[in-house]
Amino acid sequence: MKKVILRFVKKLFLWKNTNENYLFKYVRTDSNIKRRKVKAFYLFKKDWQSELRTRYAINALAMFILVTISVILFSIGQERVSEHLTGGLLWVVIFFSAMSGLSRAFVSEEDRGTTLTLHLIASPSTIFNGKLIFNVVLVYLMNIAIIVLYSLLFESFILQNIALFFLSALFGSFGIAVSSTIIAAIISKASAKGTLYPVLAFPILLPLILILLELTKFAIDGKSLESALVEIAVLICYDVIMLTASYLLFDFIWKD
Amino acid sequence: MIFHKINSEFYSGSIYGLAGSNGSGKSTLAQIIAGLLSPTSGKVIHKLDNQNLSIEKLHNHLGFVSPYLVLYDEFSAEENLIHFLKIRGMEIDSERIKSLLDDFSLYERRNDILKAYSSGMKQRIKFIFSLIHSPELLIFDEPTSNLDVKGKDKVYEIIEKESKSKLIIIASNEESDLALCKETLFMEEYK
Repeated sequence: MKKVILRFVKKLFLWKNTNENYLFKYVRTDSNIKRRKVKAFYLFKKDWQSELRTRYAINALAMFILVTISVILFSIGQERVSEHLTGGLLWVVIFFSAMSGLSRAFVSEEDRGTTLTLHLIASPSTIFNGKLIFNVVLVYLMNIAIIVLYSLLFESFILQNIALFFLSALFGSFGIAVSSTIIAAIISKASAKGTLYPVLAFPILLPLILILLELTKFAIDGKSLESALVEIAVLICYDVIMLTASYLLFDFIWKD
Repeated sequence: MIFHKINSEFYSGSIYGLAGSNGSGKSTLAQIIAGLLSPTSGKVIHKLDNQNLSIEKLHNHLGFVSPYLVLYDEFSAEENLIHFLKIRGMEIDSERIKSLLDDFSLYERRNDILKAYSSGMKQRIKFIFSLIHSPELLIFDEPTSNLDVKGKDKVYEIIEKESKSKLIIIASNEESDLALCKETLFMEEYK
């Protein structure tokens, strides 16, 4: 039985150099060509190793997080700040940190002149997937660092419903990563990249940030998950729409 | 408009040349053939085993060398090649990597990061980059720039060897480069 299932799966997904007709031409004809997702993972691995050596984005992000949190701390001083305001400031830090580091996925390639090399080694979808994985990992690491630091340093940041906040941060971070990746691809070919990135990102990320502010308020107030279902649904819809639009657009952005 | 009424067919097993004065569009045409630029009108059709090859799949069948090609400076030659093969979804053939690095006299420096390479060495690693995945189409834009006599001879030897089974297009003004070509397309100013 196990053999039959294995043969069926093999027949369904593999395309060999024979005359047999399989249902999906999912893998290219050569046996040594692996699936697209694996290629994207290797592109991510290359980017990650490159990042660890050059510290192109990590240093910018770390410095930005430290500076913004310190400035907020110093400006608040001994004053008592409301929980809702602290929650709002958290997303301000996250938004501007994302602006400072996430454009690097494509901008660094353009700055170093390696865009042509990327064109020559991978298809547009592999490139987008690889860069997206890189930004998703970077955003999650960045947000974990920000939230941990924030919880330690701001006494008024007390979450009554941690599960709701966790869900919001999970989907919200993914939305930030997807939007930032496609915006980075758009602006990488422009001359004034630094200015263009926040200008383009602001209207695209605004609905996401507004929903996240609302959900953080709910989490601070201790509202139940059920009462925030609409907001969570909007958050997921945002992610899906941005992801779909990005896949549709990327080919055109990348080619010319 | 850069080109007007270009209609050519190139077949594997031959070396073709693109020649013309500076700014005549040799590199642009080379990039259009390589699918790196889209023409405003007209089209380039790539065929492999009598079947049309889509632009999305072309990168695995194309080797490209040009002065504006930049590899990753923070990685060593070997790391660059391994990354490229993995991203292409191909197996790592250590023997092939070693033999190509040996051919271009870079084996001893394989672990040095490219930042430490001279311009001639960078040109040689570009050739290895273009050949490592055994592509059927090779496009060389100014292939011998930055190379010394020994490097040029090696490149000519490899081009001659590869041309037996592959399609090679050379964009250059160097007479010695064009001497290898079976046919050369001269690009002149359109009046």
